[in-house]
Amino acid sequence: MVGGVRARGKRRAAPWFSLCVLVLAGCHAGVASGANVVRDDLQRDIHFEHAPQRIVTLLPSLTETVCALGACGRLVATDRYSNWPSQVLALPKAGGLDDAEIELIVSLKPDLVLLSRSERITDRLAELGIPSFALNTDRFADIARNITTVGNILGVPERASILNDTITDEVNAIGAQARAARHGAEPTVYFEVDPTPYAAGPGSFIGELLTQLGTRNIVSADLGAFPKLNPEYVVRENPDVIFIADKDAQHLSDRPGWADIRAVRERRLCSFESDVSDTIVRPGPRVADGMHAMADCLRRVNP
Amino acid sequence: MNAVRPASIALHTGPLIDGDRSRLYFWLAICVATTALLTGASLLVGTSSIETSLGWLTSPDAQSSVILWQIRLPRTIGAWFAGALLGLGGAIAQGVFRNPLAEPYLLGTASGAALGVTLSLLAADASIAELAWAGKLGVTGAACVGAVAAIALTILLSRGVLQTANQLLAGIVVAFLLSAVTSLLLLTKPELWRAMQSFLLGSTGFLNWSSASLLGIVFCICALPAALFARGLDALSLGEDTAASLGLSLPKLRLCMLGILSLATAAAVGEVGVVGFVGLVAPHLVRESVAVNNRQLLLGAPLCGGALLQAADLVSRWVIHPAELPVGAVTAAVGGTYLVVLLWRRSRRE
Repeated sequence: MVGGVRARGKRRAAPWFSLCVLVLAGCHAGVASGANVVRDDLQRDIHFEHAPQRIVTLLPSLTETVCALGACGRLVATDRYSNWPSQVLALPKAGGLDDAEIELIVSLKPDLVLLSRSERITDRLAELGIPSFALNTDRFADIARNITTVGNILGVPERASILNDTITDEVNAIGAQARAARHGAEPTVYFEVDPTPYAAGPGSFIGELLTQLGTRNIVSADLGAFPKLNPEYVVRENPDVIFIADKDAQHLSDRPGWADIRAVRERRLCSFESDVSDTIVRPGPRVADGMHAMADCLRRVNP
Repeated sequence: MNAVRPASIALHTGPLIDGDRSRLYFWLAICVATTALLTGASLLVGTSSIETSLGWLTSPDAQSSVILWQIRLPRTIGAWFAGALLGLGGAIAQGVFRNPLAEPYLLGTASGAALGVTLSLLAADASIAELAWAGKLGVTGAACVGAVAAIALTILLSRGVLQTANQLLAGIVVAFLLSAVTSLLLLTKPELWRAMQSFLLGSTGFLNWSSASLLGIVFCICALPAALFARGLDALSLGEDTAASLGLSLPKLRLCMLGILSLATAAAVGEVGVVGFVGLVAPHLVRESVAVNNRQLLLGAPLCGGALLQAADLVSRWVIHPAELPVGAVTAAVGGTYLVVLLWRRSRRE
């Protein structure tokens, strides 16, 4: 099913991409005049008369994408969780995706609100005459796709393609290096999202990074992106490495039976500071940083 | 038949009559047998197939004995005690408030426990000096403290233990107020929502021997005095004035019963989260099956509640294994269905 969605995404991408290229080819300095029509992930055709200059982002990964494309100066507000790069900290905070402060957004007169799929907000913004653009930001493939899309909307497609190439090269290099260093050995990993316990499955963004690092997730793909596991399952699978929040790592051996798990017994645990873990959990342009941190820890605890 | 069934969902505030003893004992024996059966089954049900588990029982290795005796057995025994405490709490609440809709979370315990958990999660996450106490308590301790504090607040607001109607109202007010505080706190740390949600849906996954024995001890502490005061509840079921004219000290009775209720609920909520419906359904299930007085109800409801939560735990780990359903979702589904059937049967009978 996931494959089907992705395939559709690719088919969808082709027409507007060529359209953008045509439009951009016909005008100077990369600013599209006339109709730049881009379809968003809510299947809406959004018309851009000119490249947006007053942008509100409602998701950290989209804030980071805009800034990585050199358009940080065009942001007029972000959601309350956006914290990178540091210059966005000074911007007004327009709530979160679930409780966006519509009034604040309206008062800033943005010409584009970038967000992930949230029909409640996009509908309300549409009623108020504020253009919004929804992007899926769940998977690894969404990173490059969103950078390309946002780059086209902002009128900086060359920059987007350079950024994408850089990210792809770095990610591939980190993955290849990690796999080569272990000579083909595949350590089993358990990535705990939450101590209740929820795991990151292979279908999640985090799971995709773990796979690219040449590890084997103890959770099978059919359980979904973030399954709530029976804790007994982790004991049975006996993972080599556990990725876990620092505050929970200290209490791991208190969980019944967990003291016998190899990763717990031999302290093969990976925890990250919150600024690093931001790069791991946000499918955005800093993905290589996140992967680098994971690869570093894997090298340290599972040589 | 109907004449000897005074307890009903629509109205059970009338006097409870001593039921047919042999039928009661038969029914209690069924509860005990079910528990034994479920305990046995719980050793076989988990992330492995039943054949594999049987193989582990006959030829154990290091890992399988950890799974069987350190994970599955304490989990099912802990679930039994938690369910028993909730059943006991439900029976007490329905007796004290003479209301068939009364349940253990009536006096704001669930919201109080949730607030305690939120504070402890915040403390662990943010290391705020003012919250250090909550961090030290851990999730379990914080939930207990929160639950007891909520009951104390409810009694304080209702100006004493005697005001039944005031108490119910105060319970609702406290529940809403504490939930509002919890929501405001969670707004600052949205990543705690998932942990909070698990707590609110209940979870038996991490019950170990120490939590099972803690629940067992609390159950013994609660069950004995509850049985001693059961006759008082019978007198109370005749009405407060009648009970007082029978020489019953109402303040003492209610204070003791509310104390037991808060201890039982706090311990259960602390260990397994806010598992719904067990405390409401268990007493009704007993009353529907056998006509009982309060003493028999206080014996039957825990046995029934224990078996219920054990069964729900088994279902939660079996249905989508190796993933797991929140146990509270299972009890809500089963308990809600049962209440609907009960209502439907009753309305048809009338």
